[in-house]
Amino acid sequence: MLASRAPSRLRQALPYLLLALVLAGVMTLTRGARLQRADLVINNGTEVTTLDPATVTGVPEGRVIKSIFEGLCSKHPATLAPVPGMAQSWQISPDGLTYTFSIRRGARWSNADPVTAHDFVYSWERFLNPETAAEYAYQLWYVKGARAYTTTADEEGRPALSFDTVGIRAPDDHTLVVELEAPTPFFMDLMAFYPLFPVNRRNIESAKSEHPDSWRLEWLRPENIVTNGPFRVVERRVNDRIRLERNPDYWDADNVALSSIDVLAVEQTVTALNMYLTGGVDVLYTVPASVIPRLLPREDFTPGPYLGTYYYKVNVTRPPMNDVRVRRALALTIDRTAICQKITKSGQIPSWTWVPPNIPGYEGAAMEHAATLAENVKEAKRLLVEAGFGPDGQDFPTIEILYNTSEAHRDIAEVIASSWRNNLGIDAKLLNQEWKVYLDVQHNLGFDVCRAAWIGDYVDPNTFADMFVTGGENNNTGWGSPRYDELIAAAAVELDPARRMATLRAAEEILMEEMPILPIYTYVTQNLLNPRLGGFLPNIQDEHFPKYWYWKSDEELNAERAAHPDRGQLVDAPGPAAGLYSPAAQRAGAAR
Amino acid sequence: MTRFLLRRFMWFAITLFTVVTISFFLMRSVRGGPFDTDRALNEAVRINIEARYHLDWPLWKQYAHYVGPFNLDRHGPEFLGGDGSDLFGGVLTGDFGPSFRYRDYTVNDIIAQSLPISALLGTVAMMWALALGITTGMLSALRRGSGLDISLRLAATGGIALPNFVIAGFLVILFVFLVPLFPVAGWGSLRHMLLPGFALGAPFAAYISRLTRTGMLETLSQDHIRTAWAKGLTPRLVIMRHALKGGILPVVSYLGPATAGILTGSLVIEKIFYIPGTGSHFVNSALNRDYTLSMGVTILFTVLVYSLNLVVDLAYTLLDPRIKLEDE
Repeated sequence: MLASRAPSRLRQALPYLLLALVLAGVMTLTRGARLQRADLVINNGTEVTTLDPATVTGVPEGRVIKSIFEGLCSKHPATLAPVPGMAQSWQISPDGLTYTFSIRRGARWSNADPVTAHDFVYSWERFLNPETAAEYAYQLWYVKGARAYTTTADEEGRPALSFDTVGIRAPDDHTLVVELEAPTPFFMDLMAFYPLFPVNRRNIESAKSEHPDSWRLEWLRPENIVTNGPFRVVERRVNDRIRLERNPDYWDADNVALSSIDVLAVEQTVTALNMYLTGGVDVLYTVPASVIPRLLPREDFTPGPYLGTYYYKVNVTRPPMNDVRVRRALALTIDRTAICQKITKSGQIPSWTWVPPNIPGYEGAAMEHAATLAENVKEAKRLLVEAGFGPDGQDFPTIEILYNTSEAHRDIAEVIASSWRNNLGIDAKLLNQEWKVYLDVQHNLGFDVCRAAWIGDYVDPNTFADMFVTGGENNNTGWGSPRYDELIAAAAVELDPARRMATLRAAEEILMEEMPILPIYTYVTQNLLNPRLGGFLPNIQDEHFPKYWYWKSDEELNAERAAHPDRGQLVDAPGPAAGLYSPAAQRAGAAR
Repeated sequence: MTRFLLRRFMWFAITLFTVVTISFFLMRSVRGGPFDTDRALNEAVRINIEARYHLDWPLWKQYAHYVGPFNLDRHGPEFLGGDGSDLFGGVLTGDFGPSFRYRDYTVNDIIAQSLPISALLGTVAMMWALALGITTGMLSALRRGSGLDISLRLAATGGIALPNFVIAGFLVILFVFLVPLFPVAGWGSLRHMLLPGFALGAPFAAYISRLTRTGMLETLSQDHIRTAWAKGLTPRLVIMRHALKGGILPVVSYLGPATAGILTGSLVIEKIFYIPGTGSHFVNSALNRDYTLSMGVTILFTVLVYSLNLVVDLAYTLLDPRIKLEDE
């Protein structure tokens, strides 16, 4: 009915009308969407969960938060030791229990408010408040009364205790006093840890009064968020970019060179590499494994030691892995060299320790092993016979290797399975699970052997050691030892650094005798960066600070290449030929 | 007409309700939750987080809160035990809730940011698929059996067989690295749209070409075309005005499924070309156990596919006078 009556003129005009509509749409949508490229573009690898320092835990989030907020301390870009940030100086009482910080005079928020000690009291109250649900809340539980404050909530989830019970006080605007439960040797390192960075009270309170329902999101919007770090947020789009700009109110803005940074969230490593190769990105933190052999000779790819261990967890509650001899046999026969040379390929180091090397002052405790795989296999066979199995795996049940879906993990699992099959005659099946299921299975001990990895939160063996206390959230092996727990607890309150390291080593010795975990290799960093970028210093936590970054001039770049001819094959170094230096560096240069 | 629309709307409501309910409970029954990471949460902290996102509620209550229209938390209406400061909420009020993975955004924010981008990408892909598909299909039909016809049909078969990410790879090697014409990835200008649009539309162009060819061949052999030739009309008039109209009918009916395919197929292209569209959320939100975003995108796609099919049905009647809506 409708069709036969429809005017034919309309029918003929329809395609043109639609075309015009689409064109108009394209025009409106592309207009204004275009942003000029920032001074520097980094790929963060994934979209950040949130910019709220109190509620994050991930590395990508940390990278952005460290650029826009600053805590009492920040870190030295090479040694990672705490250096003064919002606190100009601090005093520690002789018993190690009371910390007194002097807040920097002249430190400002990006809304021009001064940063005061009260900001820290407010921020840490918020951080510990059960309603905030901060994932890292326990990082501040070293403070007196803090644990009880977070864990005691009323019916509605609000804190049941008064904040006065917590040992955090601000006697005046520039003094912050913190009392601890027990001496905590790494407390100053925590002060440079991003979850403890302050937030602006006025920022949050005004969002609360203007948007009673949605203030939790509103205060973080680029147009509302108030920060105190070297950069501020000007624009955000999910899975596109976070645009940062230099914060002119930052106390040390004189030493910041870059005026804008784009933080991308490219998840496909191949896409990210293509963008790097065509000059769209300047810094990549990971590269596709398949191209590593081709990147290694280049000057812009220089893998270095990284504070992380790739390992397998063993479920010690399941026979036959409940027998320590079986676990040792499994650990001894993994062909670590093959994994590092044929699969990971960028200089990963075969590992026999749980705590990775290169922690200053700490000598790791390696598991007992021989120099060659053949000798290790002989010993492993002996252990298997001792445990009641045949030297060639007779009577040994098939075990399952659980890993999360990923090509690299599968390749490693295949090498390990064939190591066990060829050397011990043990049959191992591969089982891959999607990430969240894998986590769930791991948490419920539903596996035999399972891939895992751990990257240290701070440069101290404790970040590895305290994982395996009995019932620890990340233990997930069913293993526990009262002696081990005692040593970890003793180390936590030991003030003498040498004795503390010795205690932690004793703990690692227990772990490497009992083998609830099979260490495989130590990670290396995989940064690919524009050779023109200056101030990007290698360190074992792979932590980098855009505050110190600058573009080298042709002059500086050439001088550096001439001084280090062994760095590898020269590649393009796009960027300003005249370099880009901070105002302070420019003045110093002019004076020279 | 009105009866037709009313009936379709009723079915739409039933479909949507089913989709919401099934996907809500399916999503919750999958192992793992939105806050599971490789660093396990402290038990006390986990309780706090679950309380904040209402994951500690019984499932039926979470469902009722999610669907709405009443807000069931402590600010909800007084007859449900709240303080009455925030009565309404949930999908029925157009509120899809906060995202669990992208915690600085609501699901509504994310969709508002990403949907125009996906729509634009889809439009570019569709326009070029139609232009190329119809042209080559017509040429094939008119030169039936010729070398041109055979090579076009071969190309079309290739286009259908090759997945769009393979085409994307070829395009990147060709037009980014060998002949540097386009940016390799990203979004913002017309230059950014051409490669992904091409890759996304290619399989559809191939299919449309085949449909057009078949449709045209059938129409060209019909009586009214013979009459048109006999009247002495120019070939242009015969083909463009008379034959094409009947010839592309199969294409029109294919537009509904094709649009759905472009919407859901864009996720791969969006990942390869780093485009901040909705397609990538379709998969990622499920992997992240981002319950609200996953539900939001599912509902969005249901609505889109359903309404696009309706538009196609309406367009059909405009093109073919023999089809009437009441006949449905």
